[in-house]
Amino acid sequence: MAHLQEAAVKKITEICDRYANDKTPLMMILSDIQKEYGYIPLEVQELVSVKTGISVAEIYGVVTFYSFFSLTPKGKYVIGVCLGTACYVKGAQQIVDKFSEIIGIKAGETSADGLFTLDALRCIGACGIAPAVTINGKVYPKLTVDAVPKIVEEYKAMEAQQ
Amino acid sequence: MIKNFDELNQMRDKCASCLSAKFTGKDGQRHVVLCGGTGCLSSRSDEITAEFNRLIAEKGLTDKVTVNQAGCFGFCSQGPFVKIYPEDTLYRLVQVEDVEEIVEKDLIGGEVIDRLLYVDPSTNEKITKQEDINFYKKQVRISLHGCGSINPENIKESLGSGAFQGLARALQMDRAAVIEEVLGSGLRGRGGGGFPTGRKWQFAYAQPEGEKYVVCNGDEGDPGAFMDRSILEGNPLAVIEGMMIAGYAIGAQNGYFYVRAEYPIAVNRLKMAIEQAENLGLLGDNILGTDFSFRVHLRLGAGAFVCGEETALLNSIEGQRGMPRTRPPFPAVKGLWDKPTIVNNVETLACIPFILREGKDAFANYGTESSKGTKVFALGGKINNVGLVEIPMGTTLRELIYDIGGGIPDGKKFKAIQTGGPSGGCLTEEDLDVAIDFDNLVAKGSMMGSGGAIVMDEDNCMVDVAKFYMEFICDESCGKCTPCRVGTKRMLEILTKITDGKATLNDLAQLEELAENIKSNSLCGLGQTAPNPVLSTLKHFRDEYVAHIVDKKCPAHVCKNLMEYRIEQDKCFGCGVCAKACPTGAFVKTDYVAPGKRLPAYTIDQSKCVKCGMCIASCKFKAIVKK
Repeated sequence: MAHLQEAAVKKITEICDRYANDKTPLMMILSDIQKEYGYIPLEVQELVSVKTGISVAEIYGVVTFYSFFSLTPKGKYVIGVCLGTACYVKGAQQIVDKFSEIIGIKAGETSADGLFTLDALRCIGACGIAPAVTINGKVYPKLTVDAVPKIVEEYKAMEAQQ
Repeated sequence: MIKNFDELNQMRDKCASCLSAKFTGKDGQRHVVLCGGTGCLSSRSDEITAEFNRLIAEKGLTDKVTVNQAGCFGFCSQGPFVKIYPEDTLYRLVQVEDVEEIVEKDLIGGEVIDRLLYVDPSTNEKITKQEDINFYKKQVRISLHGCGSINPENIKESLGSGAFQGLARALQMDRAAVIEEVLGSGLRGRGGGGFPTGRKWQFAYAQPEGEKYVVCNGDEGDPGAFMDRSILEGNPLAVIEGMMIAGYAIGAQNGYFYVRAEYPIAVNRLKMAIEQAENLGLLGDNILGTDFSFRVHLRLGAGAFVCGEETALLNSIEGQRGMPRTRPPFPAVKGLWDKPTIVNNVETLACIPFILREGKDAFANYGTESSKGTKVFALGGKINNVGLVEIPMGTTLRELIYDIGGGIPDGKKFKAIQTGGPSGGCLTEEDLDVAIDFDNLVAKGSMMGSGGAIVMDEDNCMVDVAKFYMEFICDESCGKCTPCRVGTKRMLEILTKITDGKATLNDLAQLEELAENIKSNSLCGLGQTAPNPVLSTLKHFRDEYVAHIVDKKCPAHVCKNLMEYRIEQDKCFGCGVCAKACPTGAFVKTDYVAPGKRLPAYTIDQSKCVKCGMCIASCKFKAIVKK
């Protein structure tokens, strides 16, 4: 826990206290931490363990089970390509492949510069606009392979401006 | 606060007349209603809403026109939608740029804008009203009641359309009689299992009094199915009311919603609905002046498909890994925190208020002998009218695909419809006249599942589709039991061998043997049904598997290792656009000049081709084909 900054310790403690009255709060605590920091490293799991009395082994088991929880930081822009059936039959795999080719990472990985994470998502329920891609929550409907390079360029340009 | 039945009725009458004034124009106002489902919001319907608000304020129309978002209209491929009351004009594929014209011409000028109307593809006729569109004509809205018409963020519109009337009737009945009513309606679980809902309730009712729970399964994971999301987005109170009726019937005081974290809009609207119901005293202690007290809690999933399995879901609420439990004991006996629990799906619970409000016969009037009522299907894939449809059980697949779905786009040939997601199977041309119900679909080798219906055309490779589902299951298998954890991995390996052109017929035999083993030995429904997509595609499309294995060809030209791109040289103008588009420089100029062309044709160096498909998209003359 030595690595955690004071502010983080305070925030995580506050998150744990939020659910003090709930019977089995672990999922909710982890969801909030994931949302706040984008990942749940071991040091944080240890702190949650101290605050809740749940063993680190159990917490680690839960963190690694669910795909929403991550042990490592995600990229600044998280690209999620929906691979639900409706998107798949309309060519979503080729879209993942294209992102992967351009950015140089496989699905599930984060680029070395920390800019992009590429995720293959399970159905996001937007089948009417298949194939669908989300980038930090913004949805790109009916995406084509040809449109992929431009989108990546836009984000890179945005980054260069900042 | 609504303290008793009389006050509820007064409130309903008041809200119903407000609602009808809105729809009929008696309030002297115009009302703009937009689709606020996930599909339309992704197509910028919130920006369209903002633009309406801006222009209406600018033109000084704020006291004459209201703007609000409703739930999903269902016809996703034509979204975003804008509906204008009281004329009931429906505009489709609306863009932000169209808003000014709608305000000027329609809201101010009273003129219908032709170019934004839906055009019937078969008659080319422009249609002004939603109910006249073929997509909606055969639909009956029971669980989608209110979706796309009422404002889901305003409890008064729900109350005006009958919310809590079902609960009010239930509270004046004996608890056992409520269960009888649900049993009598013939309602079966809409999440996939098809187990009679009333029977589930009976089991939990029969347990000794004490702490009991109702859990709503909103972990809609089947890829291609989005009805639960739309119901929660469009009319969350209906699901809450269904849960409360269940709670009253079995003697529970607490209900838990378990909703996918991937559905932020649904979660928000649900939160809002819970809060508004609490503020009116419709959730909490002594509801409507009776002894019945009920509280609703919300839990979010974290991206694990297996949590849709009811015992895995319970483990997840308990803060553990979402792994299924061995049954028996069933949740009705020992469920959440070891207390008697019923787990019902969102769509199932959304049917309950109707059954109590209108009576069991009103529900049982629809459907077939063994499957009563209606079912929501999410039509997707290669079909013209992508969207959400609620049809009476017993409707045929042909009606669903052609009358409602509008057939297959681009003049392609229908190949199969996949129902039941990763647990289901494919139905083909010969099954099109089957009446859809739980038992008929199973008899034909598929299943109802949660209602995903993905249409495939001649361009889809069925081995590839089977592989897609197997990849999904491999990823999502929780790992608790060996047949599912290891077996699905082995099946995927064999399928990959087949699509790579490296398999033998012996592999096919092994694939089938493995499938049977996994089916009979897995712990939960996920594993037991995992081989279904393979078995069903093998049953209907064995020749495609054999073509991959023996001829080393993918008949649909999907599997990259089994096809190549070729130039039909007589069609080639030698323009060279393909050569510029090719990332690997695989295009080579030949000496051959086709008759009537001026420049020599190209050919493809197969050793350099990576089959990315860029050339096919670039060629204007359609001279490049997949072989």
